[in-house]
Amino acid sequence: MAIDCFVLGAGQEIGKSCVVVTINGKRIMFDCGMHMGCDDHNRYPDFSLLSKSGDFDNVISCIIVTHFHMDHVGALPYFTEVCGYNGPIYMSYPTKALSPLMLEDYRRVMVDRRGEEELFTTTHITNCMKKVIAIDLKQTIQVDEDLQIRAYYAGHVLGAVMVYAKVGDAAIVYTGDYNMTTDRHLGAAKIDRLQLDLLISESTYATTIRGSKYPREREFLQAVHKCVAGGGKALIPSFALGRAQELCMLLDDYWERMNIKVPIYFSSGLTIQANMYYKMLISWTSQNVKEKHNTHNPFDFKNVKDFDRSLIHAPGPCVLFATPGMLCAGFSLEVFKHWAPSPLNLVALPGYSVAGTVGHKLMAGKPTTVDLYNGTKVDVRCKIHQVAFSPHTDAKGIMDLTKFLSPKNVVLVHGEKPSMMILKDKITSELDIPCFVPANGETVSVASTTFVKANASDMFLKSCSNPNLKFSNSTQLRVTDQRTSDGVLVIEKSKKAKIVYQDEVSELLHEKNHVVSLAYCCPVKAKGESDNDVDLIKQLSAKILKTVSGAQIHESEDCLQVGSFKGSLCLKEKCMHRPEISSCSEAVFLCCNWSVADLELGWEIINVMKLNLDNTCKVKGDLL
Amino acid sequence: MGLLGLPFLTQSPGFCAKIYMTEATAKIGQLMMEDLVSMHKEFRCFYGPGDSSYPGWIKDLDSQKVPALLKKVVFGESGDDLGSWMRLYSLDDVESCMKKVQVVKFAEEVCYNGTLIIKALSSGLDIGACNWLINGPNASLSYVSNSILVSLHARNFDINGLKGLDVMVYSDFSCLQSAEVTENGCISPNPDNNYLSTISIDNKDEDLAASLLNTEDSLEEMEKLAFVCSCAAESADAGGSTLITITRVGIVLQLLELMSDYIESSSLKVPIFVISSVAEELLAYTNTIPEWLCDQRQEELISGEPWFDHLKFIKDLKFIKDEKIHLFPAIHSPNLITSWQEPCIVFAPHCSLRLGPSVQLLQRWRGDPKSLLVLEDGISSGLALLPFRPVAMKVLQCSFLSGIRLQKLPTLISILQPKIVLVPDAVSQRINLSEMKINSILNFSENKTLHVPRIADNSSVEITTDLASKLSWRKLRQRENFGIARLKGELQMEDGKHRLVTGLEQEESSGKARPLRYWGTVAQEPLLGALLKMGIKGSIEHSTSENGSENSMIHIANPSRGLIETSEMCTAIVAEDENVAYQILQGIDEVLDGI
Repeated sequence: MAIDCFVLGAGQEIGKSCVVVTINGKRIMFDCGMHMGCDDHNRYPDFSLLSKSGDFDNVISCIIVTHFHMDHVGALPYFTEVCGYNGPIYMSYPTKALSPLMLEDYRRVMVDRRGEEELFTTTHITNCMKKVIAIDLKQTIQVDEDLQIRAYYAGHVLGAVMVYAKVGDAAIVYTGDYNMTTDRHLGAAKIDRLQLDLLISESTYATTIRGSKYPREREFLQAVHKCVAGGGKALIPSFALGRAQELCMLLDDYWERMNIKVPIYFSSGLTIQANMYYKMLISWTSQNVKEKHNTHNPFDFKNVKDFDRSLIHAPGPCVLFATPGMLCAGFSLEVFKHWAPSPLNLVALPGYSVAGTVGHKLMAGKPTTVDLYNGTKVDVRCKIHQVAFSPHTDAKGIMDLTKFLSPKNVVLVHGEKPSMMILKDKITSELDIPCFVPANGETVSVASTTFVKANASDMFLKSCSNPNLKFSNSTQLRVTDQRTSDGVLVIEKSKKAKIVYQDEVSELLHEKNHVVSLAYCCPVKAKGESDNDVDLIKQLSAKILKTVSGAQIHESEDCLQVGSFKGSLCLKEKCMHRPEISSCSEAVFLCCNWSVADLELGWEIINVMKLNLDNTCKVKGDLL
Repeated sequence: MGLLGLPFLTQSPGFCAKIYMTEATAKIGQLMMEDLVSMHKEFRCFYGPGDSSYPGWIKDLDSQKVPALLKKVVFGESGDDLGSWMRLYSLDDVESCMKKVQVVKFAEEVCYNGTLIIKALSSGLDIGACNWLINGPNASLSYVSNSILVSLHARNFDINGLKGLDVMVYSDFSCLQSAEVTENGCISPNPDNNYLSTISIDNKDEDLAASLLNTEDSLEEMEKLAFVCSCAAESADAGGSTLITITRVGIVLQLLELMSDYIESSSLKVPIFVISSVAEELLAYTNTIPEWLCDQRQEELISGEPWFDHLKFIKDLKFIKDEKIHLFPAIHSPNLITSWQEPCIVFAPHCSLRLGPSVQLLQRWRGDPKSLLVLEDGISSGLALLPFRPVAMKVLQCSFLSGIRLQKLPTLISILQPKIVLVPDAVSQRINLSEMKINSILNFSENKTLHVPRIADNSSVEITTDLASKLSWRKLRQRENFGIARLKGELQMEDGKHRLVTGLEQEESSGKARPLRYWGTVAQEPLLGALLKMGIKGSIEHSTSENGSENSMIHIANPSRGLIETSEMCTAIVAEDENVAYQILQGIDEVLDGI
């Protein structure tokens, strides 16, 4: 059995996340995103690779979307409404609630402002979202008889989840985007220790290792403060949900503390609406926010106002959160056009900017002019600040998660190739886990766990519930528990395997037990007159105890017993088990028998007794 | 409501069990316990003893001075009547109780001790209410408590998750209450509709499910809610106020929603007050748990609406100016007086009419024939109203559906197809289940242990392929279809499954592992042949022992003296020399199957 991981998007790149994993015949699509930096057909994953005929319902068991970012959900309406996928789609409650807002916002930006042809319509979004089944954290869902999925908290944005999928004995986790540290408004990713064949992890910051985020928060606040203090305007292009709330909480706090009166604006009604969602989806936020929300709603910002288009050219300082992020289009880009030429102003870019966007160009170097999409050039004289805290995990977080889950294999997606390669080497060498970095269109195949299933008898399970310790004393005392070795696995062709206790095997085979034992009537001592037999047994057992480690000896008047070894004084003239006449003619005999299980033990005891005989004979000989 | 007694159990010193409940149940339950404690505290402020001890009359009852006859009256024959009364728990008790609770999320699978997988499935009764599914290595069991198949507000009864289990414990006692007589000329909205009494069991599964999940019940419930609303509106029209003492969260939410809509659409100007120490928190919480709501309300989330409509009428949301619902923690809240106006509609606990704000309000309105009191079903209205007599106000006692209708039980069982059904004595007396095509139906009753027969013959063990490939397999003589191997590794219990995995340290047995158990009989001639190959010569001698069984002996002379004594059931090897004995054993291995 194998697991095939086919990367349709976000292979060695960031954007259009889409990974199709086949586990024991079940095919799951994780995320269905679009590339924000592409304008051509490369914007969407190449779905035709999945099915030439376009019959996606039969090749895909289900789609799971991890969070509402466009590079994870952007292609979903296209895939369901245009390509015609009709199967089940799963996402968390917040993702289901917020995705349509994001999709609609993006559609409007693309069509209304950039004048592109419509790839999907509002109706497409509505119809697509109707097919979505909402899931809760840790809710265990049986998609069909064999496929089980479960979501874990990922912390990246509101409603972001990591997904566990299991078919038969094989299991994988797809992380989506995640954050291993606690945010101001979101918690850190949280997952159980699972047995996994494959972990598919994002690797946006595959080589970055971050220290505490507080200095970087301070840096951001000071940059913004300096700008507004100098009478400048600060533009923070961000998506309506996620970073906006995080930064807003930060700024609102700071404003309060520093008693700053400069207005903070939100560009669109969307953000207001988003804040309302945040209130309802409070259970998905951080512990801190959850605890506070009873008394005070942390998303009711004191200093935040709605922005009006006419305010672009209004005099005086201000802070503006404008959508979309990355300056890829729309209102934020429009404001940028007006504000960028002034050296008083500031553009603070939170999070990652995808290659091809204006945001990316600003980050890449210190450009003096930037080409906008429609050919116009803008002089950039304003300050650029990159907000250095991100809702993505750093390299340490990826390593920590990988180590914690200890999967049999790792696949890295959603990152930049050079740093992914470094992380791959690190995972391979430090954690000794095979790691793969497939490009788009490539497939990684790994072996999957299977268990041999057998029916176990009660007797076996009962014997296994008691420890069966064995002591051995070769170089040092070793204690081993061998309770399972009393069990026997019996396989009959075309029948289910059975596990039975060793005594039950013959019954299972319709045979009769045959006991094989060893016997020997051993001379132990030259015959003397005064000696008492009871003393003899005592002497012997003391000697046995000395030589045979850990022996538990039961003794009675005329016999002794160690495990299955039984020896009793033999008074017969001629015993069947006395094959040879001993060298010492007149001797006391101990008639012994023991089972094959104690083969070695038996001989050890016999040797002790032989030694005893030799000694007594010697003594007698000396006396004579 | 099922957990208000929990602190009594957890505060007993010997209690150490793990308690599982759904997150929503824990949250709402804690709020309700806290409300009860706060109402009780208020009551004590007025009527109770100053210190925190028992009231004097309880203490005195225990002492010697009390005549035996009086004691008997108070404590009852068995002494457990009033004698077992306990003091109500404190907030600390509630807190320490909730600390022992392990909350589970909606349909989360949790593992107890590696052995049992426990899962909560929605029961439809209320927000957070669930039936339990327990999967162990030997059997699967479901515990079905009060359930509502089609719910108006909460997530519906999860049928699919309960299908095909080994044991179903049916613990819905709601059918026993429904027959109670209602008093005071109240409506009794529980007509026995027999539309389901004649079900042919042979129907297809889907048909059965359809008949089970028809919406008739929920429509009826809807009508009841609307009726309560219209009664309240009528009273308000006439200038009377309405006091609603129902505390079932789901019912309160739906009534709030319906009433505010009703008032919104009519010309009435009646304020709605919710007076409870936990009202605000409770109402806010119910709008943050989409997973526990029915599909339709979940859909509303998509459009950004609050799941429960009433929320938009609450002052908390700034953009709604028009306040219709006022929340107050207590009747003496400072702002209550300023916004108070009559007639009004008030939701206030406690349903017993002995505690909480409802007592004062009832004192105020009891003489007003235009006012209305809405009582929950299940309490005797005569007894409840006794201290308030004479009562002139109208009384409406409503019974809302609080479980599975008895007539639906056979259908439910035939859909779920459990191998064994456990039904309470009291329930099985009311319905004939004997004609069901179910393997067995057992009755259980209070304080009696019922032993359920074992269902699965064998437990299943999973062996990692890794380990299975390391086992040394033996072929059996004359049985080519069989392969047997002695096991290795460690048997573990994981996720409710026995698993055999590679152990940490396997003692490598010296040389080849020897068989420890044999079966079959020893054939002498081949044995002699096998021994000869190893250079051991022997001769056969037959004899019959005293009890008549055939014995045979193989005498060995070379290389040293020895003897093999065999019969049908056993073989004994007699040798002085260890090596010879070992070689003989090897010879036996060749002619006898063993492991």
